[in-house]
Amino acid sequence: MTSANTDTEVGSFASRFNLQQYVVYLGFLAIFLFFAFMLRDSGFLTVRNLSNIVLQTAPVTIMAIGLVFVMSAGEIDLSIGSIVAVAALAAAVTIASYGMAAGIVVGLGAGILIGLINGALVAYVKLPSFLVTLATMGLFAGVSRSMTDLRSISVTNETFTGFFGSGSLLSVPSLIWWTVIAIAIGHLVYRETRFGAHVLATGDNARAASVSGISVPKIRLAVLTISGGLAGLAGLLYAGRLQAAKYTLGETDLMTVIAAVIVGGTLLNGGKGSIVGALVGSLMMGMLNNGLILMGLSVSDQMIVRGLIILTAVAVSLRDKSR
Amino acid sequence: MNAPILQLQDIRKNFGGITAIENFSLEVFPGEIVALVGDNGAGKSTLVKIVSGVHPPSSGTIAIEGRPVMMSNATMGRAHGIEVVYQDLALADQQTVYMNMFLGREPLNRFGLLDRRRMIAETEKLVKELDVRIPSAHATIRDLSGGQRQGVAIARATHWASKLILLDEPTAALGVAETAKVEEIVLSLKQRNVGILIITHSLDQVFKLSDRICVLRRGKQIGVRETKKTDKNEIIAMITGLQQQ
Repeated sequence: MTSANTDTEVGSFASRFNLQQYVVYLGFLAIFLFFAFMLRDSGFLTVRNLSNIVLQTAPVTIMAIGLVFVMSAGEIDLSIGSIVAVAALAAAVTIASYGMAAGIVVGLGAGILIGLINGALVAYVKLPSFLVTLATMGLFAGVSRSMTDLRSISVTNETFTGFFGSGSLLSVPSLIWWTVIAIAIGHLVYRETRFGAHVLATGDNARAASVSGISVPKIRLAVLTISGGLAGLAGLLYAGRLQAAKYTLGETDLMTVIAAVIVGGTLLNGGKGSIVGALVGSLMMGMLNNGLILMGLSVSDQMIVRGLIILTAVAVSLRDKSR
Repeated sequence: MNAPILQLQDIRKNFGGITAIENFSLEVFPGEIVALVGDNGAGKSTLVKIVSGVHPPSSGTIAIEGRPVMMSNATMGRAHGIEVVYQDLALADQQTVYMNMFLGREPLNRFGLLDRRRMIAETEKLVKELDVRIPSAHATIRDLSGGQRQGVAIARATHWASKLILLDEPTAALGVAETAKVEEIVLSLKQRNVGILIITHSLDQVFKLSDRICVLRRGKQIGVRETKKTDKNEIIAMITGLQQQ
């Protein structure tokens, strides 16, 4: 644009049109069309089934938003699954004795607090986030088991279950509202604020960020706290939809969330990512689950097929990195 | 000549019991390029850190436009109008040129969001003025050549430096043609009326760019020469210590 030179103009175009960025959308479309064709008589294409996919993915989508921030800053959060269970149980127990508002505060607060612990250990004690969150993942999986002696706690407060689960507003289910609002805010913060730019710079080149006056430890603390808080929110959404909380909530979500985020175009090493991509990645994972069940695959076959598809998607979306 | 833009007086820096810099005094005037030369370990990098504010000196004074300043980190150095171009290019590779130009100091619009339009416009203007040949302000840093990257780093420093630009071996990682281009850009900075302090190992570059040469050896200032009134042999002798002054 500034200095005309034909071959650099071409280079600029090639660098701006990056196929890798669109892999998730193409993959989503391919899987959708595949199921739409294969399962045309099994009810895959019904509005009910499709909206169910979105509802079931809501907690994973919410966690994925947090992980986009964490991974963009060059960190990882393995503890999100355990946070979901702790937050859901803490909320359920609190609601039973002190009501809905206290339950929400305690549930979200638990998530934020665990996120703060992760973040402080990474940012100020300078431990690698992989090890810190691996440890807190195990630690809080234990805490959630001991909290209620492995018992399930039911949530009977209808305002709560409506707000976080089965209710709807303007005939749109509340879980869809949560998804849309969280994605919109997440995208805005990630793409259009100084904080988002500093997260990306930190993950890209922490030293460059630091000499440019960005407080790298604060960014690391912030992203892990956000991730913890959003995992706490995901816990409330599970408790609301299932009208109960149990230590198994979120247990298997970690791999799904990481896959959704990476397939959605966020680099594992930081510096680049996409909130909208993570949404599409997470819907893709939900659709995959749903379609494979409708196809009548056994649980073990589902796991194998899902693993293979994730492997393919990750390979395609990361290929460009080591050019 | 006008007043010096940077004035270092009797600077001394100790790390524990080791004296890294002693009795260092230097003045840099606006529109002037001063080269700082010396062998490895002579204390050049320490001096850059002192002037940029990363390390406060153990004793001595730093004055900017005649006013003494106290700096204890690089943010304070930047606030005083001092910018550094590092030899290993402190750029974020996956981000665009314009985001790097404004890294850590992004302008916001009235909604409190990033003002991309302004960042792009100012980047394009500056890149054109300095004749840094990059495809566009939107280009990603990692798609640029080493010379283009260093051009971006210098453009960034130029954009923010109101007083002094420190160039720490700006061409150490560049090829011949790219070095020539960067040297051209550095020379063009003189018109901007800022002081320029350049550290380099290449004596050819020193004689091509600088107005004065300051020689350091083992933390001591050996002498300052006007580039026109000296030659390579004298400078080499001063650097190596084979001829005492």
